Amino acid sequence: MSQLRRSVTAADHHQGPLDASIVVVEYGDYQCPYCGEEYPQLKKVQKHFGDKICFAFRNFPLTQAHPQAERAAEFAEAAATIGKFWEMHDALYENQRALDDDSLNRYARAIGLSDELIRSALDDAYIERIRKDFSGGVRSGVNGTPTLFVNGVRYNGERDADSLIQLFNEIA
Amino acid sequence: MATHKKTAPKKTSRASSAAKPAKKQVRKHQEQMLDEALEESFPASDPLPVDPGVTHVDNSSQLGVGDRAPDFALKATPDQTITLRQLLGKPIVLVFYPADWSPVCGDQVSLYNEMLSEFQEYGAQIVGISVDGAWCHTAFAKDRKLRFPLLADFEPKGAVAKKYGVYDASSGTTQRALFVIDGKGIVRWKYVSPVGINPGADGILDALDTLPKAGNA
Repeated sequence: MSQLRRSVTAADHHQGPLDASIVVVEYGDYQCPYCGEEYPQLKKVQKHFGDKICFAFRNFPLTQAHPQAERAAEFAEAAATIGKFWEMHDALYENQRALDDDSLNRYARAIGLSDELIRSALDDAYIERIRKDFSGGVRSGVNGTPTLFVNGVRYNGERDADSLIQLFNEIA
Repeated sequence: MATHKKTAPKKTSRASSAAKPAKKQVRKHQEQMLDEALEESFPASDPLPVDPGVTHVDNSSQLGVGDRAPDFALKATPDQTITLRQLLGKPIVLVFYPADWSPVCGDQVSLYNEMLSEFQEYGAQIVGISVDGAWCHTAFAKDRKLRFPLLADFEPKGAVAKKYGVYDASSGTTQRALFVIDGKGIVRWKYVSPVGINPGADGILDALDTLPKAGNA
């Protein structure tokens, strides 16, 4: 049974209290269509449980399969430096079909990233964090995207909102 | 500007989806026609009764930790053969997987393909094996941009998987099995994943951690 080797801390991009009774970690790739499908499901689950759930996102870009995934992740990390990670994260998943550099620039500007921040994303300033997320994920048994960990254990079941809500009701 | 943050990006998504679908629709249409043609020529018959809980694993050879890994010579491309012996000297990760073209983007081989630099840190060579033929592997590797060899356990089908005790006769494919072999050819770790569960790579890396670094092997 694969276990999360690095627990969720304040350094993670997270929504909800760190000591919530349900802690979900998603290892995701912004260009992965399955992550795109999962995005509204997780939103629904978060809405259902409110502050009883903590949701954290870690980068797992499959760069060979998805050429823009890493660049998109870099933009999200750049947004995080001004406290706008989730705005960028959401914009990326809501516009997953257009993740070319021009589109990324446009989303970044709309959210309020400065030219300098955008340049930092293009200059590999956040690549180390992204790679660290990736290798930590591999160590924890991430086997594709999205991979979810629920309270520290890799979740292999159905990922639709109803299934997750039912499961979380049992453990919450 | 900031007030339009939700709407502005959405427009681009619509624009791009309007520009692209023609090709996709054509392909979908072609697939549908093929399905219909197949259905007409080969109407679905009652499926054979299969107990989904039972796999018919050929256990005539049950290879375990500490055993010498059986040598093999398999095609990596239509005109290139790779043997286990020529890989020795550094750790080898043997990945038996059921089939090319699994319909998941984060599938097992794609994951390992993203991890080549991590395997390199151990000086390890990763090799995939399935019963698909070398031409099939070539097309699959090209499509997924794979940068490690896929070997064809194709003729006689599954012979190497049988030697390693990981052939599933009911599906006619190998099981999803991982072996970490040290530089001297001894099996140091083995894991057979439950049907349908991609095992990931945590076990492989843990096993590589226990080996002496490449060069001392």
